[in-house]
Formats: sequence, C-alpha cells, structure tokens
Amino acid sequence: MRTAVIVFPASNCDRDAAFALEKITGIAPEMVWHRETSLPKNIDFVVLPGGFSYGDYLRSGAIAARSPIVKDIVEKAGKGLAVAGFCNGFQILTEAGLLPGALMRNKGLKYVCRPQKLRITNKTSRFTKQYGAREEVIFPIAHHDGNYFADDTTLNMLEKEGRVVFKYTGNPNGSARDIAGICNREGNVFGMMPHPERAVDALHGGTDGIDLFKSILGTL
Amino acid sequence: MAKSSSKSKASQKKLAPKMKITPEIIKEHGLSKDEYKIILDRLGREPNINELGIFSVMWSEHCSYKSSRRHLGKFLVTGEKVIQGPGENAGVIDIGDNDAIIFKMESHNHPSYIEPYQGAATGVGGIMRDVFTMGARPIALMNALRFGEPEHPKTRTLVSGVVAGIGGYGNCVGVPTVGGETNFHKGYNGNILVNAMCVGLADKNKVFYSAAKGVGNPIFYVGSKTGRDGIHGATMASAEFDDDSEDKRPTVQVGDPFTEKLLIEACLELMDTDAIIAIQDMGAAGLTSSSVEMADKGGVGITLNLDKVPQRETDMTPYEMMLSESQERMLMVIKPGKEKLALDIFQKWELDVAEIGVTTDTGRLTLKHKGKIVCDIPVAPLADDAPNLDRPFVKTPPQDVLNAEDIIETQDYNDAIKRMISCPDIASKRWIWEQYDRHVMSDTIDSSQSGGDAAIVRIHGSNKAVAITTDVTPRYCLADPYEGGKQCVAETWRNLTCVGADPIAITDCLNFGNPERPEIMGQLVGCIDGMNEACRAFDYPVVSGNVSLYNETNGQAIPPTPAVGGVGLIPDLAYFSSLEGAKKGDTLILIGETKGWLGASIYLREILRREDGAPPPVNLGLEKLNGNYVRRLIRNRRVNAVHDCSDGGLAVTAIEMALASNIGIHLKNPTHISGHAWYFGEDQARYLISVEPNSVNPVISTAQGLNIHAEIVGSVGGDMVSGDNAFDISLSQLRKLHEDWLPNLMNS
Repeated sequence: MRTAVIVFPASNCDRDAAFALEKITGIAPEMVWHRETSLPKNIDFVVLPGGFSYGDYLRSGAIAARSPIVKDIVEKAGKGLAVAGFCNGFQILTEAGLLPGALMRNKGLKYVCRPQKLRITNKTSRFTKQYGAREEVIFPIAHHDGNYFADDTTLNMLEKEGRVVFKYTGNPNGSARDIAGICNREGNVFGMMPHPERAVDALHGGTDGIDLFKSILGTL
Repeated sequence: MAKSSSKSKASQKKLAPKMKITPEIIKEHGLSKDEYKIILDRLGREPNINELGIFSVMWSEHCSYKSSRRHLGKFLVTGEKVIQGPGENAGVIDIGDNDAIIFKMESHNHPSYIEPYQGAATGVGGIMRDVFTMGARPIALMNALRFGEPEHPKTRTLVSGVVAGIGGYGNCVGVPTVGGETNFHKGYNGNILVNAMCVGLADKNKVFYSAAKGVGNPIFYVGSKTGRDGIHGATMASAEFDDDSEDKRPTVQVGDPFTEKLLIEACLELMDTDAIIAIQDMGAAGLTSSSVEMADKGGVGITLNLDKVPQRETDMTPYEMMLSESQERMLMVIKPGKEKLALDIFQKWELDVAEIGVTTDTGRLTLKHKGKIVCDIPVAPLADDAPNLDRPFVKTPPQDVLNAEDIIETQDYNDAIKRMISCPDIASKRWIWEQYDRHVMSDTIDSSQSGGDAAIVRIHGSNKAVAITTDVTPRYCLADPYEGGKQCVAETWRNLTCVGADPIAITDCLNFGNPERPEIMGQLVGCIDGMNEACRAFDYPVVSGNVSLYNETNGQAIPPTPAVGGVGLIPDLAYFSSLEGAKKGDTLILIGETKGWLGASIYLREILRREDGAPPPVNLGLEKLNGNYVRRLIRNRRVNAVHDCSDGGLAVTAIEMALASNIGIHLKNPTHISGHAWYFGEDQARYLISVEPNSVNPVISTAQGLNIHAEIVGSVGGDMVSGDNAFDISLSQLRKLHEDWLPNLMNS
C-alpha cells in the first residue's frame, strides 16, 4: 500500500495528512512536490491536503489546479486512481474539474474553525463503508471558502446518484443542501471541506476520521 | 525625491545625496540635541540624511529600549533550562531530548489601531519570523488583546479587523492559534493593544543566531521585495524631506502570509544544511537594524550594494530602502561556496533572493547606491552608544485596602452572577477564536476551545507537550504596579500548573504610556520590579520580550499592561488536566485560603461600578506551595478538573468549570466570610479542583500535612449552578448569557 500527499506552495495540512496516513497504514506517505510531472510509481491513494495553496490568490485552489502534478493526477484518476481532497484539496479538485461545483466564501463571511457534526449520506461509498450503520461523525472544520455551490441540475444529479457522501448537521457555511463532501460518478475521487485527517487521534481532534481512511484503503 | 537627487548631483563628492541637516530635520527624526552631538562626535562630521535616518531608528525607543533598558537589566534572565535569554530574536529554553523551545511576544499596537487588519496580521508575521529565524518551526501562536469599551464607536471595527488579521495570517501560514486573552476597558479607547506570541520547536543543537562572524562572507537578501511601506512614519514627515505627494504612503506595513509560509519552509530547508553563518529577520527598521545587529554582534563591518536589493517600486532612495519595513524579508550571511545551494533552495520556493553585500573587517556599515557611497558609519556607536536614559519616576500612590464589610453586598446574587458571567472580560470569546485555525499541525491537545487555563501543544512525534498561556490583570497593575507585576507572572505560573505543566520561563510585552511622564515611568518600574520578584521566587526567568511605550492619546495613557507569556512542559501526556473533566458526584475542593478580597475586583467594577481599592496581594511563597501541590495531585491522577481561581472569584471559576464540563455544580460557604466576599473575592494562590469521593480525604489530609489550606466548597451534578442561600440558575441560561455577549455586540 503506497500513498502520496501532494505539497503545493502554502499547503499547510500536508503534515496533518501525512500524520493520518502514517498512523493508519504504518508507512509514511510520499510527499510529492507540485512541480513534479508525474506521481511516483505504484501509488495507490493520493491526498490533496488542506491549506492555502498559492495564498488563495485568484480563487482558492485555482492556481494549484494548474500545477504540473495535477495534470498527472487528473489523468490517473480517469483510470481509477483513488484521490481525496480535504479542504483546500477539495477546492483544487473542483477547480481541476475532477468534481463538480465550486466552493464560495462562507455565508457568514468569516473563517470558521470548530468541531462539526456530519451525517453520512452514502454509507456504501468507497470512503464510508467502514462506518457500518453509524449515522453521524464529528470532524473539525477550518475554512473561509467552504460554501458549496452547484446548479440545481448538478445538485439533483449528485443526490440521485448517491454522490453526496456527507452533509452538515447545522450548516456552518451556507453550502447548498448542506453538502459537506461529494465523490465522482466512479466513486474513486472524493472531496470534502471538513478535515478527517485531523480526527485520527483521541488527544487531538477525536478518532472519527480513522474509518474514512480505512474505508478507502480497504478497497485498494 | 526628484528634487533632492538633482540637488545632490550638483553637490556630490564622496557622500551623496547631500541634503542640509537642519535642526528641524533632526527633531523630526526624534533625536535630541545631545544625541545629535554624539553622532557628530562619532562621525567626526555631519551625517547625511541616510546616516541620520539610520541613527534615528537605531536609537529610537523601539530599537534601543532607551527608557526601559536599565530597568529591564534587573530581570532574572538565566536558569538551568535557559539556552538563550533576551538579546537575540527570541528566547530559547531546553525541554530535554535535544528539543529546544524558542518563543517571544511582541506588540503591534499603533499599526493595529490605524489599520486593524494589516496591523494585526503583520504583528503575527513579525513574531513568527523572530522565531523561525532562530531555526525553529513555529508550532503555536497566542495573542493578548485589549480594546476600548464595547460601546465606543471604534471598538467593533477594531475587534473585527484585528481578529480577521490575526486569523488571516496565522491560518494561511498554517500555525495554530491556540489561545489568548481579550479585555475591554475605556482605558484603551484611544490605544488598543495587540500583542502576539509565537512558540517554535527547534533542535537544541541547531539554533541559529544573528552574529555575522567572519570577513568576506556573502550577505543574502531573501523574501518579499522592498517597497515604500512602513517607512519611519512616526519620526519622519516626508513633506520636509520629499515634496512629491505620491510618496506619502500609509506607514502601516502590508502582510503576505503566503510569502511568509514559503520563507519558513525555505529557511528551514536551508537550515538543514550547514550553509548559514548568521540570519536575522528584517523587522522594525528593516534593512538597517538587521544589518547593524548582525555586524555588531559579529564584530565585523558590512558593505551593502543597494542596487541589488529587490525593489517593488521604482526610484527608491537609499533612505527609503534602509528604513522600509516591508514584510517577509530575511537577511543572512552564507558560507562562501554555499551560494548556489542557498540560491537553489530559495528559487525552488519561488522567493526573491539576491546577494546584496559582504562582511568586512572595517567595522563600518557602508552602503553603495548607483556607484556612490551613500552611507559610511562605524557600527559600534549605533549599538553601544544608544541612549540609556535614567528617566525620573514617581512611585504610584497606594490605594486604600477595602474591607468587605464596607462594600455593598448584592441583594440579588442571581442577577449579579448573570451580569458577571456576561461582562466583557469574562464572557465567552468564541466569536474570536472560532476564526482561528486551532488544530493545524495535528498536535493541539487543548486550546481556547475548552476555555482552559493554558493551551497544550504536543511536541510532534512524542508524548510530551508544551503548555502556553498569556496573562495580565491591568486593573491590578493600575492600582498597584508592584503587586500587579507580581500577579501577572504568578497567574501565568498558576495557569501552567493548572494543566499539569512545569513552568519554565516567560516572555513579556510591556505596554505603557509616555515614559517622559514620571508617573508613567513609575508604573513601568513598579511593574518590572514586581514581575522580577515573582520570576525570582519561582525560578522562572524572562527569556525574551518587547517594550511598547507612548500608548497614550491626548495625555490619556492606557492602564499599565505588562502582558506575560508563560511556557511550561508537560513531561508525559498521560498526566495533564483541564477544566473540562468535572464529573457527577465529584467534590469541589478549593486549594488556597479565601479572605474575601474585593478591592479592584470584577465584582466591584461590574456590579458596583467602582474601580478603586488595592488589588489582592500576592504571597509568592504560598503560590509556590499551593501550585506545587496541585501539580502533584494532577500527576497522581487525583483530580478530574482544575481551574485557576482568578477574575470574578470562586463563583465565576466554578461556573466556568461547569460550562466546560457541561454539568451543574452546587457551592457552599463553609466560612464566616460574607457571601459576596466568599463568592466574588479575588484572593490569589487559589485553585478549584474537582475530585472523586474517594480522593477527598487524601487530598485534604495531605494538604493539611503540608500546611496548605484546602476546604470542601461544593459538589458536581445536575444541571443547575447554585450556591447555598444565594443563587440558583440553570446551566443552559448561564451558557446562553456567557456565549451571547460578544456575538450580540458584534452584530449590533
């Protein structure tokens, strides 16, 4: 099992993602610099971490989505590579066109950092299988631009196809239909604003995130 | 500058540009006649404008500590665990296992009042650079904020701007903001205080210093380009010096956390090699103070070619470049032969980098610009001859000691408690700290979120943690600077103790009014002396700090506010505590004696609208005795929750514990002290602990054996907060009052 974390200029949850992956797989992930043109060989799972890639200049995630490594990730995701983006990583996935919709400024216009209740709305996805019958989890959120937006046609499609994986209980940012995390049609690309990688340690942010990683890693 | 440079062309000889140094210009640079005489003497000639500017900033209050230096010299600055005390970019302490903690607190008061977002943001950026300059990865940010009274027309704008600025910078750089304190008082209406603290982690054997040792070594500039922002606004009226109005920029610097993040990563990557001889961030007085400090400490001269300085704007003069306070810039001396290594790393991180000079054996700071020497001054006097004033001071007259019997007892405890729990200083600051990323880096164990006494941040990959707190009680310092000075140090020591940490050292940020007034100087001296006494009693040295004077408007000074940042170590995370863990069936025990001190208390101010009286005295011997006992109880797992008993007294302390633990409490008064003095008295050296029934007797009997005052004051359970024959309020109602005050203010 080999995993990778992509490092963009001013990614800042790269360490959080690496901490979580190492804790769960027992092996430190490859840290891949954004200027690389291809992923290292035999990578099974890629995480686009949170942070402020390129200082959120232009739009959150917009510049990072044009990085050389993202081109390679888009191509490999098309062939089935498992990819997750958390927070800024989710923004990059939408900017790169791997996931539909966009993340706008929070409805309250302020940065919000708090433990957040989420409902698991697709319990059979590759990222949630491990949760079993569990209905709810708490992941930390920490973002300024987490207000998920898509047109009604897209939202209807996402819901109909079971691609809305998590919804907020008590919407913190104005996201359409309380959407917190979605996946692509094939189910191998997943993005969410909350931080499951910050919920893998009882002393830190709780342990609700562990099963998310176990879910996807178990499918590989 | 067009005018003066054309003039200088005509009169250029060796030094250019030539500009007549008039008494007005000297005065505008904040230099006294005596100081100017010293400059003439050391140079043996008149300075040019560049040289005058350099002397002026190096001898400014901010850089030279001229009003406070002789008093700061009294502080305890050494100790078993001190690797580096004051005098470097930040203080360094040893926490074992080859780990060093590097930390400092600094003010950014004036800029934050003028432009709250950028002022606060660049305050955070500046303090982080002080820490990573020394080789540490920043792992935590804290802040201590003071605003004017809530209803003042500027307060809400300032609060929202400052908080957004702190969050905007720290969140982007990816360093958790884990705690702090926020007060509101009319004494800060015209001068808010924004004090930011950064804590970093380094390898004890790889701490970097600023001494530019060795001659002929290349000097690198890295980071943002230099612009005209932040030039010397306070001392230089640009119209006199430059009649081109376009150059009249706001003097507040603008921050770019993106560049800061890249700088951190690039510097730490370069520090992993052996390429760096010396490194210094460009903070206050920018290129001037960084180059002078490096040269002075290394005992060398420095020659800089200003044409090589990366510039954001066109036609910048040497004066502007030397005094610019553009942010996110570093200066470093690199080992010859390692230039390419350094360049490659900085280019990887897409940072501007340039080799702009060399160290020399002349002992002089020499600046070249467009083929001319524009400054040539000896380095030593800039540092050594900086004024060290002995300003006159008068001791603050003592306030009367108030007896509880002479203070009106509330006839409605429910109302009094509701008002206190929702008063500006005690109400929840959730609205503020929810805008800060508290969890990034995966090591925040406790933060503002629990309302705990100190934040806890784990040392990555280990089972130990640092505890961090910032404290000062300005109303005590105003009433009695000496006792207030003792109290602020003692409170940090107590707060670190509350989470189970061994307190190690402090940093401080001394915010005062105009030191030219003897009564203000008296406050400064009183606070320093009191702080120092506490530091010595606890063996708790000062390792870094900052002084911010002239915090006054129209002759109205701020209350004396010596903010203290304390750092301690939790050796094993199997043993720590917070105020969250009180459980049903627990007994509440108060450690430390209550006499019912109401002078300068929150009760007096919020309920009776009085701000008089002497503050509670601090018995440092008792503080140590009681604190060491509480720490021992935590490590013996005798307590479920601990909270420092301070602002608002026992009642507020217990309610904060109840709110954090989400369970009711019942208090009783086992003494003859009248209710208001018992519940609201602010006697020092006290801790409220919540223990299980089978621990009650051992905790009390051991305390008695050690001559420590310990008494049962209540129990835990239910969903009400009540006190015998006094009050009875639901926890949910108290929570609502506690939480709603700040959002209501900000949304009004």
